[in-house]
Amino acid sequence: MSEGEGAMTSTWLIRKATLPGTGRTDLLLRDGAIAQIGPQLSADDAQVLEADGLVALPGLVDLHTHLREPGREDAETIETGTRAAALGGFTAVHAMANTDPVADTAGVVEQVWRLGRIGGHCDVQPVGAVTTGLGGTRLAELGAMADSVARVRVFSDDGRCVADPLLMRRALEYVKAFDGVIAQHAEEPRLTQGAQMNEGEVSGRLGLPGWPAVAEEAIIARDCLLAAHVGSALHVCHVSTAGSVEIIRWAKAKGWRVTAEVTPHHLLLTDDLAQGYDPVYKVNPPLRTAADVAGVRQGLADGTIDCVATDHAPHPAEYKDTEWADAAMGMTGLEIALRAVQQAMVDTGLLDWAGVADRMSVRPARIGRLAGHGQLPAAGAPANLTLYDPGARPEPVDPVTHASKSRNTPFRGMALPGRVVATFLRGVPTVLDGKLTGGKVAA
Amino acid sequence: MNRHLIAAADLSRDEALLILDTAEELARVSDRPIKKLPTLRGRTVVNLFFEDSTRTRISFEAAAKRLSADVINFSAKGSSVAKGESLKDTALTLEAMGADAVVIRHMAAGAPHRLAGWIQGHVVNAGDGMHEHPTQALLDAFTIRRRLRGTPSGGLDGLRVTLVGDVLHSRVARSNIALLNTLGAEVTVVAPPTLLPLAVDGWPCEVSYDLDAVLPKTDVIMMLRVQQERMNAAYFPSVREYSRRYGLDVARMAALPEHAIVMHPGPMNRGVEIAAEVADSSRSTIVEQVANGVSVRMAVLYLLLGGTDE
Amino acid sequence: MHARSGGQTPGAASPGDADHSVSPPQAGPQYETQPETQYKRVFEPDEIRRALTRIAHEILERTNGAGDILLLGIPTRGAPLAQRLATRAGEFEGRAIPWGSLDVTMYRDDLRLRPARALGKTELPPEGIDGRTVVIVDDVLYSGRTVRAALDALTDLGRPRAVQLAVLVDRGHRELPIRADYVGKNLPTSQREQVRVLLSEIDGEDAVLLGQGPESPESPGRTGALA
Repeated sequence: MSEGEGAMTSTWLIRKATLPGTGRTDLLLRDGAIAQIGPQLSADDAQVLEADGLVALPGLVDLHTHLREPGREDAETIETGTRAAALGGFTAVHAMANTDPVADTAGVVEQVWRLGRIGGHCDVQPVGAVTTGLGGTRLAELGAMADSVARVRVFSDDGRCVADPLLMRRALEYVKAFDGVIAQHAEEPRLTQGAQMNEGEVSGRLGLPGWPAVAEEAIIARDCLLAAHVGSALHVCHVSTAGSVEIIRWAKAKGWRVTAEVTPHHLLLTDDLAQGYDPVYKVNPPLRTAADVAGVRQGLADGTIDCVATDHAPHPAEYKDTEWADAAMGMTGLEIALRAVQQAMVDTGLLDWAGVADRMSVRPARIGRLAGHGQLPAAGAPANLTLYDPGARPEPVDPVTHASKSRNTPFRGMALPGRVVATFLRGVPTVLDGKLTGGKVAA
Repeated sequence: MNRHLIAAADLSRDEALLILDTAEELARVSDRPIKKLPTLRGRTVVNLFFEDSTRTRISFEAAAKRLSADVINFSAKGSSVAKGESLKDTALTLEAMGADAVVIRHMAAGAPHRLAGWIQGHVVNAGDGMHEHPTQALLDAFTIRRRLRGTPSGGLDGLRVTLVGDVLHSRVARSNIALLNTLGAEVTVVAPPTLLPLAVDGWPCEVSYDLDAVLPKTDVIMMLRVQQERMNAAYFPSVREYSRRYGLDVARMAALPEHAIVMHPGPMNRGVEIAAEVADSSRSTIVEQVANGVSVRMAVLYLLLGGTDE
Repeated sequence: MHARSGGQTPGAASPGDADHSVSPPQAGPQYETQPETQYKRVFEPDEIRRALTRIAHEILERTNGAGDILLLGIPTRGAPLAQRLATRAGEFEGRAIPWGSLDVTMYRDDLRLRPARALGKTELPPEGIDGRTVVIVDDVLYSGRTVRAALDALTDLGRPRAVQLAVLVDRGHRELPIRADYVGKNLPTSQREQVRVLLSEIDGEDAVLLGQGPESPESPGRTGALA
């Protein structure tokens, strides 16, 4: 994008925002960077944003979203998905590869990358598939995708598991050449054939085939050992069980390069919600038990789980307005993620706002190898900022008001605290007063 | 009673007894020359069967017709359903046709719950996936009460009922375990561990892997159908081994107390879970279960449709 | 079903036992509680006893010794009345007079006005009703709709030679062309009043009560006995 669009980069003075670890302070944004941080700053040419009572976080980074374009534009497009992301306080999102066509070549990832830049509401970093067509049998051209304009570093067959242990080994080895990371959707397919929900007391009663925790945990254990054996980096997608957290904790204690993410819904919701057979609660990996929710919360609190990633999975109404077995799996999450994290982690005392900054910006940017994101606000850092009001009155979630094309949120009707007030991407506000500005940001 | 009958687990003891007692009265209609009551005249009952089941569908049809209701049969084959019309659109079509009650059998657990949200009429679950088949449990309880209670009234308190077979995949098992408990019976399930749900320890029943040990302490033995295809998914090694360990043959029938009865929801795999001689013996209630099904379904339709709609 | 002669009790019922019909919620027609209604006794047990004795005699007289009659009481309170009449008539004639019960719930014309009602017991002698003189027995005759339902029920059970009607109390206000052959007491009432019959088999005592209360919003007979 040209620098000539100077009208879009303006100067902003953010007053009295609360910087975690520092306290109330002013921030001056100029030319896409944070020019100054301090008390009672002034700048004549600046637009002022009164931020008293707002928490200032580094722009949030989501390691795991499904933007559905190309191929499933009835559910979401990169345009609508990035709008949703900006409203949720995100300045960068990773777009998973299970599109149609699959993002397993340089061509498709570059297309996704370009569409993200055109939209401009937040940065879109494409994720490349590990195997061609997500078929699980042949490596995709990981190097070509890494070398492309999209500079792919995270590779995932998410939606499917890379189940073949030999193929997983090869993939882990191969990406060492360009500092890549394999992000595994951990699900042993032979143990989850026909599975509909968590295997447990509820599934037995409801007569729905179960998705046992061991199907997730066994793959995670295997992949940690493989990553250690070949000296590579493993990222575990959407950790959902307490047992998985224990395995990752063990692997990290060994010094192995394992990272992990958890979704907002797994931090808050349990499998008994399936009792009315409403498929809005159907997701993969499934909602688990209260003990699992406690386990993943503790994991996120102590850093065993590195970050929150939404696994934003939009579906059109007819895919959810049907009988459970027939319904698609997935929940949206971009617009409510930070509020859900406040409810699950901050309001319960498990994590402070500095921790939220770490788990929702710093670490995901590091894992995604995203330069320019995930830097704590400091003079000279890129002006990627999220201003959030934790004291906003709890409002019930209403998907009709969401920017996402799809309405499948399990939090519909639930009151969540907080409100994203403003999102700045390289110094340009994409969201002000909780609404999209439409301001397109130069890349 | 509620607007719908979706699960036996939803019935209180009083509600269940009301259905059984009403069925007792309505059973007499079958003995009359004129097998009809005018009660549901002008009401429309739709049989919405996505799974093949001539036996259950005919039972509901007979029940509705004996109450003078109009019956419309909607089976999956060769209908718009087979062409891929969604459940929701099928429901809205029925609604437009003015169905007062829809009897639904579907492969997916939870289909009746969805249906109840889309139509004004009453929903009767005739079997949803592996979840529940409440009228089967009701007719089973009705049968037990008639055979083992001097006067068919009250509950099944103290009766020892044993269910044998594929509990994991069986909606009949789930419904029966719930209803039998509600009516005060003591329930035991017998199956290989692979055919029991993981969380069965939390269910209101005893669990045993040893059929022979349980037989002498059983008043009612209920054999569940075992699908031979389960063998290919490694639930048990062979039909022969299953039959040897869990089949009810003549020798095992002799080990039952003298008064004990043998039940089977049908259809049977003769020679697999139940020997032919056992199925045809005087202890077997298999034939009367069918007749009782009509009476019980008449009671359900009457109690749902026979009063005000509030 | 077994034939019952005077003196035996149907099913498991015994005097004072309310088990003539099925279990809760509404075991047959129950009196809806109207706490603001004041009841006064209009007939005492002796009057009731004499009225029933007279009816029993009248039945025997008009049927020439009741050779082929069958007394069918409408649950709840019609059934014990039918039993009492059968017992009395049997004593006078020196032989057993058959009786039973006929539940008419499924034939009512007002089912859709209330939630589905529990059914009362229908018990007929094994010979049925074909060719017999059936005397329908009920406690209160009011609009006549219950008797209309009973006639429809009888039509589906067979073909009696004749059908007659015996009631303990006739309170007037017929809505159909129906009249009783045998009446214990005529009790002129207004539609604002409630009539309650108590019988020792069900209520522990015999009495007929008349209550002044708010008019029932439904047609006559909805509160109190089916009429």
